[in-house]
Amino acid sequence: MTSPPGTGEPWTVGPQTVGKKRAFGHTAVNLSHGAGGKATHALVQAIFLDAFANPMLAPLNDGAVVSVAGRPVAFTTDSFVVSPIFFAGGCLGDLAVNGTVNDLAACGAQPLALSAGFVIEEGFPVADLQRVVGAMAAAANAAGVPIVTGDTKVVERGKGDGCYVNTSGIGLVDERATGLSASAARPGDQVLVSGPIGDHGTAVMLARGTLGISADIVSDTAPLNGLVSVLLDAAGAAVHVLRDATRGGVATVLNEVAAASGVAVVLEETALPVRPEVAGVCGLLGLDPLYVACEGRMVVVVAEEAAPGALAAMRAHPLGGGSVIIGEVVAEPAGLVLENTGFGGARVVDMLVGDPLPRIC
Amino acid sequence: MTSNQKAELKAHRVSVRVEGIVQGVGFRPFVRNLATELALTGSVRNDTAGAFIEVEGAPTATGEFLRRLQSDAPPLCVIESVVTAPLPAAGGDGFAILPSDPGGERRALVSADMATCADCLRELFDPADRRYRYPFINCTNCGPRFTIVRDIPYDRPNTTMAGFAMCADCEREYADPDDRRYHAQPICCPACGPRLSLVGTAGARLEDGDAALLQAAALLRQDKIVAVKGLGGFHLAVRASSEIAAAALRYRKHREDKPFAVMVPDTGTARQLCELDDVGQNLLESPRRPIVLLRRRPGTSMAPSVAPGNGHLGLMLPYTPLHHLLARALGEPFVLTSGNISDEPIAFLDDEARARLGGIADAYLTHDRPIHIRTDDSVTRSLRGKATLLRRSRGYVPQPLLLPHNLPRPVLACGAELKNTFCLGRGRRAFVSHHIGDLENYETLRSFTEGIKHFCRLFDVRPELVAYDLHPEYLSTKYAMELGRNGIDLVAVQHHHAHIASCLVDNGETGPAIGVAFDGLGMGTDGSLWGGEILLATLSGFKRLGHLEPVAMPGGTAAIKQPWRMAAAYLDRAFDGSPPEDLSVARRQAAMWLPVLTLARTGTASPMTSSAGRLFDAVSALVCGRDTVNYEGQAAIELEQLAHRREDGAYAVPIIGSDPFQLEGKALVRAVVDDLATGTGPDVVAARFHNGLAGAVVAACRRAREMSGGLSTVALSGGVFQNVLLTERAATGLEGNGFRVLLARNVPANDGGISLGQAAVAGTQDATGR
Repeated sequence: MTSPPGTGEPWTVGPQTVGKKRAFGHTAVNLSHGAGGKATHALVQAIFLDAFANPMLAPLNDGAVVSVAGRPVAFTTDSFVVSPIFFAGGCLGDLAVNGTVNDLAACGAQPLALSAGFVIEEGFPVADLQRVVGAMAAAANAAGVPIVTGDTKVVERGKGDGCYVNTSGIGLVDERATGLSASAARPGDQVLVSGPIGDHGTAVMLARGTLGISADIVSDTAPLNGLVSVLLDAAGAAVHVLRDATRGGVATVLNEVAAASGVAVVLEETALPVRPEVAGVCGLLGLDPLYVACEGRMVVVVAEEAAPGALAAMRAHPLGGGSVIIGEVVAEPAGLVLENTGFGGARVVDMLVGDPLPRIC
Repeated sequence: MTSNQKAELKAHRVSVRVEGIVQGVGFRPFVRNLATELALTGSVRNDTAGAFIEVEGAPTATGEFLRRLQSDAPPLCVIESVVTAPLPAAGGDGFAILPSDPGGERRALVSADMATCADCLRELFDPADRRYRYPFINCTNCGPRFTIVRDIPYDRPNTTMAGFAMCADCEREYADPDDRRYHAQPICCPACGPRLSLVGTAGARLEDGDAALLQAAALLRQDKIVAVKGLGGFHLAVRASSEIAAAALRYRKHREDKPFAVMVPDTGTARQLCELDDVGQNLLESPRRPIVLLRRRPGTSMAPSVAPGNGHLGLMLPYTPLHHLLARALGEPFVLTSGNISDEPIAFLDDEARARLGGIADAYLTHDRPIHIRTDDSVTRSLRGKATLLRRSRGYVPQPLLLPHNLPRPVLACGAELKNTFCLGRGRRAFVSHHIGDLENYETLRSFTEGIKHFCRLFDVRPELVAYDLHPEYLSTKYAMELGRNGIDLVAVQHHHAHIASCLVDNGETGPAIGVAFDGLGMGTDGSLWGGEILLATLSGFKRLGHLEPVAMPGGTAAIKQPWRMAAAYLDRAFDGSPPEDLSVARRQAAMWLPVLTLARTGTASPMTSSAGRLFDAVSALVCGRDTVNYEGQAAIELEQLAHRREDGAYAVPIIGSDPFQLEGKALVRAVVDDLATGTGPDVVAARFHNGLAGAVVAACRRAREMSGGLSTVALSGGVFQNVLLTERAATGLEGNGFRVLLARNVPANDGGISLGQAAVAGTQDATGR
């Protein structure tokens, strides 16, 4: 504390950082570290990647590919926390199975087996637990994968938000998909999405009941291994990137691809598939659907010449009927995602640091 | 007695080092002529720091020389410092202009672009002159500078004139110290210089030279839209009296309401259209030739689509020879608005213009002298009897502003997100960039990153310290973070602290002062969105003494674009959760009214803000029915223009709590609703709101004076203080209460001034080791 010239008053300043920037400038984890944007990346980079450093982790794909007896095996894990647990079109259970199946699918793998871990808060209704588990069984059945092992912990009342589920999964990587990587996008590639975006995130926000509106929106949670299978049949190794557009939405996934591949992704605003109901809810909330989570939408980057075939194959699949081309990969400006607006200009679709906050004045 | 004998008798010699804008502006011939007139001997030469002079003669004459060196300097000279030292007498004959010294640190400054001078204008319209009707005439006193410079030193090969070889006549003028074009780098003439052409939408050259100009004027008279290549980019022109043309331009540009600027042929025409005080006239006629916002006279003929529903017009006078020729050919005012679609940056390359303006312009009046740096027109107005910048760009940039202290290390300040400027600081000089714009637009972001590189090269600065805003999502902040990852030192500067620091530096002060920072939004140190702040501030730090009571912004960004949402949030506060149901805003927005109230009440997607701009939005929705905005600030501008100028009534604003205290903005909203309900005219209500908020500023500053041990200097900054009515009433009230009031003058009060404040704070903290 110092005093300015001319006053004897106590004097404070705002938080300032003069000097070298630290590797991770936080003393405690905050909610933005879980929002899936740049803050999450900073946490992962500074804390986890450093400690666990190995070549299979480093690419930060949806899952890792490890070699088992000479064959590429995809391995992934995900913890599921959703409030409320039940929402239109699904629940925590569907999410937990489909999320891991889709992470495997994004590695080009068909799921072989899943595990399920439960952290249950004391007092959680058994009927609700049965609904969650029932949904898991049905989702696993739909994806054609058994849940082969599990674990259960119960924590004291107030130490958990009802029920958390962790699932892990392994799957054999399709031999046509061994080149899949977030870093494999090349200029000229086309960018596809397998259906309307933002359905899941808006369905969950509606289910919270704090919006004061109702709308006919259901979560898109679905297992995409079948869709990936027909896509690989149609386009094979011409499929360069597969990403499951969950937390942070299509915008975040494409930013990761642009950064990892050293390319730019240019989206066409008019091509983005957004249901009118979703656009309406996002309008009320001031959200951009590009940043809203999906749980059954695959973002596909495919070589230009294979794009028509890939699109046709995806559209023919029951979970890909709404597939469209939303943009393309170009060389410059490397690392950025742009959106061509209807007016002919281009907007920077940035990766957010945390939750969306107004930055205009 | 000859001058030689006199020098020998008195034997008085001094060296004079002059820094500032002294190159390419006719300074050396001026020095030689002045010295010769005063019978002094010696020499002058340019070097990388500016100009270096030695003069010898009678002490009275050298004294007179030093005095007139500053008072009589050519119009484009900006003399920052003159340092003299005695030398032993050396004798010698006459006064010589010596070749430039290329060594040493690059401190010489590039001039801003300047409007055609009176001499060139006379030649332009003199049939006997060899540059008669030549649209690129210029001399050392005028013409393009910043927009054509690629690198320093400022010599022709380093400008976009490099491709034009001088003819023998131009070469002779260029080399003659007695000529007005001595070392005028963009010198040219019809024989050797750039050529005008009129290009059609399909890219075909329709006409060349003077025929192109006359044909462009003819097209304008036929109510066509013509793109005109200016100094810093393309404009779109239509006749200002043609509603058909102005409406077509609005439609094709996708610009609904934001006013168009108008070029008038002369001051007399400006006076017919608008009320023009001395300050306004001086701004209009200044060689910097900004757009000047002026109050419109009633009943003047101007197409309604030029400035729909707006009581002001932005006028400017011709500033290039091309504009003069066009204005004379047309003989009437014409719209000259930035060549872009909607909020895109102004097009400045020929290919780019044809690609981006293809759907707008019917023809392009262009030429083959490239523009190197996109530069928008500057915007000014008279405020409390002084010139005030609202956008600082062409004609002002890159002239540096002077900081009160030396910066220990070169600083780059990255600025804000909207209306971005950046600032490069070295020593006491702060080079605030031209208006960059809204960074979310990719073209603008490129202007930002390339502009920084260009400035670093032009002023030979390698930043060692980078200042940035606390808002993590600003693209300017993210740019700073990238530099940080590359190892450069970073300093975060809170948004409203930067606003106040900018105002202090602008006024040559360092504080401590009471800062009132009212704007749209800025990230606070507590992670919430601020914007109605009473600070105790110096250039190194601040304390938040008070602020507007926070309210929810239902839907975040959506609440900024839809002011009616702020009305809903404020009404809910003002009426304790049960706002009257029969308000017209609630009826207009019936479908979304309850959902939006629910967002505000539950805090869903509704960040809290203490923003004064959002309070204006709420009241504008209530009073003006301005439910959605088509450009930034529209709601507040309409509320200000509605206000009855002679209404003195004011609503009361309670101050509650302490450390920090809060101004209850909701009391204003409640009073607005009550007054409207009893049939008070909206113009009176708008005035009472302004007066009430001005009164709240005064009351808050009195409280701040008590809290700060008697500080009586108040800096008013932030975009909200571009509201003339609020600023005048607040400043007058403050002065009546014994305060000294500082206003933003040379940099805008809005976010265009943030970068200067950031640079000053970063440098001051760096110097004090904080």
